[in-house]
Amino acid sequence: MDFFANHILSVVLFTPLVGAILLLFIPREAEMAHKIAGNIFGVLGFLVSIPLVRWWKPGPDPFSFQENVAWIPTIGARYHLGIDGISLLLVMLTTFLGMIAILSSWSAIHQRTKEYYILLLLLQTGMIGVFVSLDFFLFYVFWEVMLVPMYFLIGVWGSDRRLYAAIKFFLYTLAGSVVMLLGILALYFYAPVEPGATRTFDVPTLLKGAQTFSDPLKVWLFWAFFFAFAIKVPMFPFHTWLPDAHTEAPTAGSVILAGVLLKMGTYGFIRFSLPLLPADGPMRSRIIQVVIVLSLIGIVYGALVCLMQKDMKRLIAYSSVSHLGFCTLGIFALTPNGLAGSVLQQINHGISTGALFLIVGVLYERRHTRLISEFGGLATPMPNFAAVYLIISLSSLGMPLLNGFIGEFTILQGAFQVSKAWAAWGTLGVILGAAYLLWLYQRVMFGPVTQPANEHLPDLNLREMATLIPLIFLAFWIGIYPKPFFALIDKPVESIVRQVNPNFYQMERAKLPPAEVPAAMAETK
Amino acid sequence: MHISFLSAITDYLRGDGAVILPEVQLTLFGLGILLIDFTLGAKERYLNAGLAFVGTLFSAYTVWKLRLPVATNGSRYGFHDSVIVDPFFLFFAGLFLAATALVILLSVKFLEIEQEQEGEYYALLLFACVGMMFMASGSDLIVMFLGLETMALSFYVLTGFLRRDKRSNEASLKYVLLGAFSSGILAYGFSFLYGLSASTNIGLIGSALGQLRQLAHVVAVSHLSGAQGEPMRQMLQRDLPIAQNFDPVLLQLLPILAFVLVAVGLFFKVAAVPFHQWAPDVYEGAPTPITTYVSVASKTASFALLLRLFLNVFTVSRMEWIYLVAGIAVASLTWGNLAAITQTNVKRLLAYSSISHVGYILLGVVGAFSVEGPGLNQAGAKGIAFYLLAYVFMTTGAFAVIIVLRQKGLIGEELEDLNGLYQRSPAAAVLLLIFMLSLAGIPPTAGFMGKYFIFLSLIETHHPVLVLIAALYIVPALYYYFRIIVHAWLKQPGEAPRPVMSSAQAVALGVAVFVTLAAGLYPEPFTRLAEYAQLAQYALGR
Repeated sequence: MDFFANHILSVVLFTPLVGAILLLFIPREAEMAHKIAGNIFGVLGFLVSIPLVRWWKPGPDPFSFQENVAWIPTIGARYHLGIDGISLLLVMLTTFLGMIAILSSWSAIHQRTKEYYILLLLLQTGMIGVFVSLDFFLFYVFWEVMLVPMYFLIGVWGSDRRLYAAIKFFLYTLAGSVVMLLGILALYFYAPVEPGATRTFDVPTLLKGAQTFSDPLKVWLFWAFFFAFAIKVPMFPFHTWLPDAHTEAPTAGSVILAGVLLKMGTYGFIRFSLPLLPADGPMRSRIIQVVIVLSLIGIVYGALVCLMQKDMKRLIAYSSVSHLGFCTLGIFALTPNGLAGSVLQQINHGISTGALFLIVGVLYERRHTRLISEFGGLATPMPNFAAVYLIISLSSLGMPLLNGFIGEFTILQGAFQVSKAWAAWGTLGVILGAAYLLWLYQRVMFGPVTQPANEHLPDLNLREMATLIPLIFLAFWIGIYPKPFFALIDKPVESIVRQVNPNFYQMERAKLPPAEVPAAMAETK
Repeated sequence: MHISFLSAITDYLRGDGAVILPEVQLTLFGLGILLIDFTLGAKERYLNAGLAFVGTLFSAYTVWKLRLPVATNGSRYGFHDSVIVDPFFLFFAGLFLAATALVILLSVKFLEIEQEQEGEYYALLLFACVGMMFMASGSDLIVMFLGLETMALSFYVLTGFLRRDKRSNEASLKYVLLGAFSSGILAYGFSFLYGLSASTNIGLIGSALGQLRQLAHVVAVSHLSGAQGEPMRQMLQRDLPIAQNFDPVLLQLLPILAFVLVAVGLFFKVAAVPFHQWAPDVYEGAPTPITTYVSVASKTASFALLLRLFLNVFTVSRMEWIYLVAGIAVASLTWGNLAAITQTNVKRLLAYSSISHVGYILLGVVGAFSVEGPGLNQAGAKGIAFYLLAYVFMTTGAFAVIIVLRQKGLIGEELEDLNGLYQRSPAAAVLLLIFMLSLAGIPPTAGFMGKYFIFLSLIETHHPVLVLIAALYIVPALYYYFRIIVHAWLKQPGEAPRPVMSSAQAVALGVAVFVTLAAGLYPEPFTRLAEYAQLAQYALGR
């Protein structure tokens, strides 16, 4: 038990990998055995991650559950894991969505099932690795390793244009990450070292060292990292890989892509890009301007493109561009509200969009088409489906009492504190979001049943319910009582804002009459 | 009992002979194969391969044992300083022997299918290896050149070993002609070096060129008119009157000319753009195990020779040639990567990809030498050694998969032949994937670590543009490596038979994949090995 407690992150990280290795030994024909083993390890992966929440007790060190052993001493790379509140939420999202994605594939995948589950589990390890690594070298290894299983998931089990979509995904992401590699190497080389000591890839150390850099160097480093993360998020205009990859991937692949993979970009922004911002001045404001304008374009453009889509999956893919625009807007507003809202919105997006992809998967499994025009009036044959789908649509478009509202509202609040115009453009995105999601719902679900093939579609079965109900439960939980989630991220968010934008707290305090200064703010000097 | 003949031999082996013992063993085994080959029946010819393999093991053992005296007493010289045994040699000799052993393992079944199971083949492999080892151990222009030619001549024959195959013959002829041409250029460059220094020992040449550089400076100043040049004129008058007549431009130009000739000769051998034209044809035409050998060992050996020369002879003028090498490197990256995209023959594709790898290694040379002499940039030196090590095993592995595909009735070299390999042989497909990822430089593989060191050295020596180009070329590289993967993994198999792996091939593939993965997952011992090669500290002391 002690071992488990001391190495909890390693256990969470490698449980899926162990599953993948065990699956290797199951004969290729035993399809049922693959499914069962895959699901067992999906559930197991989630179960072993629950103690992370149970034992969560943030101490003075921003990172908990740390493990730190030597890996390649000659270059100073270490096996260093650790999580703060932000990565804790993302790890939980990963294990949770991973479990659901594996469950959702039960009846969708019939060929090469063994490889399918192996790849999903490998992907799982890669993604968790990105969120828990506190060593740049280790982080980069996981960041790249993860591309390979995703490539095959799209390339083997995708739909018609899968080869194109798979290689496009791989090449785009790779182009960003090699530039990031150069950024990492530059950070590694330029960070101050004590004489005689070997250099290190340790994330906290390097980011602290980066504070001593000159502003131009920081700007270069910022852009080197920016491209990798912006492609991953994806920000406009680096988003063109996303509609193809999301649309062609199998359902589980889309869920993971939208739910977790995109968050690696926003996570990178929060963890690595923000500390590399140059000191307050013209250089910083130019960077912020560029990034914010790209986010706003992404929000509005993504939403407008959604209105024009004929393919349900492509529509949801573009909606990710819009929703992730909110996340980057919140991050680069550099206010506590914006940042906290952004983190929460990342979780929300994983829940809502993941569920939307599952919804499309349900329809696709029944009709083998994703064209909106093929459907209509589905509410009549599939009443339960209609209810679930409605709740998820509302959660995605930001209806109060559901999760999307909390995230978007907090982000817009944070943006408003900086600029009213940003908030205004963002709100436009919310309105358009309601438009495309409700219009989609109307076209698919309401009215008379237009196609004879749709008249007797079976409603959700138990397994499909089991994939969707937990997501709906979470959507309501966050929508009604988000406090436990904010409680997890408040502390890291505050320390990031304090480091990156120290003026903020001073300005906030100046605005308030002295008597009303809350205790927490009064402490800051 | 004292037998004078025997004691003479043991004396010899304790003295000069010790420094060439690994080579002597290989030569004896090669000659032994030629003798024994007569006594073997057609069905027993594969025993030659066993003998050759044992030869490489013996030689490797000797190399391994030589490490101890080198560690305690420093480098050993022999034959009037013309051969040297130092960590640099031991590192490279180990690589050559590993490559040779792997190629022997891969050849047996291939030659059986081609019905060319001959003893000479294995003897020539060993002789080529002897040549390579002398290329790494030679510290004298003559020895180096002889080593190079021993290797090259063996390769010419081996390339044309499929006598009944037109492509093999054509490849051989092309290789002979262009190879002879490049050797000629190299020899011409060597003659300049001899003329400038009156020595063939590279240590002496290096110091002579250093003095020449100072002299050229003095003469150039002395040619300045008026008071500026006066002190130098008086000095020359007093110390070296003959130098008054020297042409200062020529004095500066001759070492550069020598460098250019030597470099061009070597760039031919490593197949750097624009001296690469022979490579795709030779790669395609040669028997695939020989393609592997040319691609892996001959390139590594030529780099060993190049490094030895650059480090000792041209080290003082490094800032003058570094940008020439950088230009060649970028050209190799560009041409190699772009031309590989459209290839449909896997061997040809890998030929172009190997040209791009030469570009990366040359960038490592740029990074390593971009510091004020006499030492090297640590990361760059390690990077070259690590990259060569990774390159040997991952390229051998990639070709080994192609060799396994060669069955009766299937050539297995075209991309189409790989279709559905995953269904036909999952193990081969997984191995192919690992080697392709490593060649492209995706972690956690050996190829990534090699690129890591080279990129780091370029950042440390402030070459931001070069490193950006190098990094971005990973993207097209991945594209064409994954064209292979698409065929092997994502296309449906046609009528092609299931490839059957012989146990020798399985061993070779196992070793290759082990090193490729181990050097990526736990690179520590391999980085230590790269450090052991001591490129960074290396310069001939005597």
